[in-house]
Amino acid sequence: MTDQSGIDTLQYLSGQTARHVRLQLASPSEIVNPLLFFLLVVILFPLGLGPDPERLALMAPGILWVVALLANLMICMRLFVDDFEDGSLEQLAMASTPLALSVIPQLLAAWMTGGLVLSLAAPLFGMMLGLPVSAVPVLVASLLMGTAIMLLLGAVGAALTVGVRRGGILLALLILPLYIPVLIAGTRALDEALHSGDPVVALAFLGAGVTGGLLLAPLAIAAGLRVSLEL
Amino acid sequence: MWRIIHQFGSPPWVYRFCDRVIPWLLPLTAVALIVGSAWGLLFAPTDYKQGDSYRIIYIHVPAAVVSLAGYYIMAFAGLVSLVWRIKLADLAMRAAAPIGAAFTAVALITGAIWGKPTWGAWWVWDARVTSMLILFFLYVGVIALFEAYDNKTIAARACAILSLVGTVNIPIIYKSVDWWYSLHQPASIKFTGSSAIDASMLYPLLGMIVAFYALFALLMMLNLKQSLTSEYAQSNWLIKRITT
Repeated sequence: MTDQSGIDTLQYLSGQTARHVRLQLASPSEIVNPLLFFLLVVILFPLGLGPDPERLALMAPGILWVVALLANLMICMRLFVDDFEDGSLEQLAMASTPLALSVIPQLLAAWMTGGLVLSLAAPLFGMMLGLPVSAVPVLVASLLMGTAIMLLLGAVGAALTVGVRRGGILLALLILPLYIPVLIAGTRALDEALHSGDPVVALAFLGAGVTGGLLLAPLAIAAGLRVSLEL
Repeated sequence: MWRIIHQFGSPPWVYRFCDRVIPWLLPLTAVALIVGSAWGLLFAPTDYKQGDSYRIIYIHVPAAVVSLAGYYIMAFAGLVSLVWRIKLADLAMRAAAPIGAAFTAVALITGAIWGKPTWGAWWVWDARVTSMLILFFLYVGVIALFEAYDNKTIAARACAILSLVGTVNIPIIYKSVDWWYSLHQPASIKFTGSSAIDASMLYPLLGMIVAFYALFALLMMLNLKQSLTSEYAQSNWLIKRITT
């Protein structure tokens, strides 16, 4: 598929994704901060609940997923802010490429520097909570898909609140209810893996969420950004 | 057919329509509420298991039914306002949100009051209770988003998008909460499985559901009239209508 300027769509997407990743890497604190948040909050749980390893292992799926969810919320809060403030979002909205398509590279880049990193770091935090090694593949798989869904949903909220002063708390209020199915499926997959059940159903649910989200969320994100830009 | 639809987009026509319907709807709602609650609270038979405490069902269930319908009414108004940019749909959406949130709150509070004698606890993490709580937060999110914008036309569009996203998610949330509950089903709680409700209890319940729908419509119209008044305070048709 080529548009009038002769640029291949795939080429456009990969080029833009690489650009956004480079932008993210230019300010490493944006990548490290959610990770530090993840680590610090995970540390708070043994301190609050007591060091009993058996109890911690029992609660590990819930703790890991809730904290990953909150770290993801942090990522979503920053999502469109810079591009909104320096005006590049406005340029993007007025370009000939549909906005629903041109936000995808940014989401992809945000996931690669956010959700992907969180998912790969999660086994380490899981070990600290006494999660058995056998559950690690399911933990990573569920978080890889879960963070993608949560980023897509969070981006809808971020698009709607980017023009609002102190939109952070508002964003949390808007999208936390929508995160509930993801949280349930993610912890369920882990629970099944821990109790030698079959985690495939829950993982398939998350996979369906990723595909459905990829189809529908960009449309809602584009509509939301147009509202925020008052176009 | 099209004329009727077009009329609903015209503020003077809707204002007149509300003015004409409210004098009928108000006594109708009052009578339905009084008859329904008297029937349910005084004349319906006592439940053999729960005694008289079950009678809160005549407030609880209608409020729950209408609160869910209210979300869909709000989302539909949002869709209409997004697609056709009809100002009245904005106002209808804005009117539906706080009313729906209030009905959800009533359902939650009566549920807690009912839960105490039945389950022995004010709050139980039951699938339906949890779903209602989430619905309440979906309503609150729409209201908060609306309040966050200074420009109310923009705010209405943002809320329309949010309520549509919520509409896609509500069935998923409900299914997943059911799923979650069946996984963590606590053994200590037995919800009386009233699968077949007797006609003598059902008819007053249906009456109350109708009454609550009428109440919702009445509140919507009153709210719509009020926001039309503030929105079109400078318009000739409104000044003429109020002064004559």
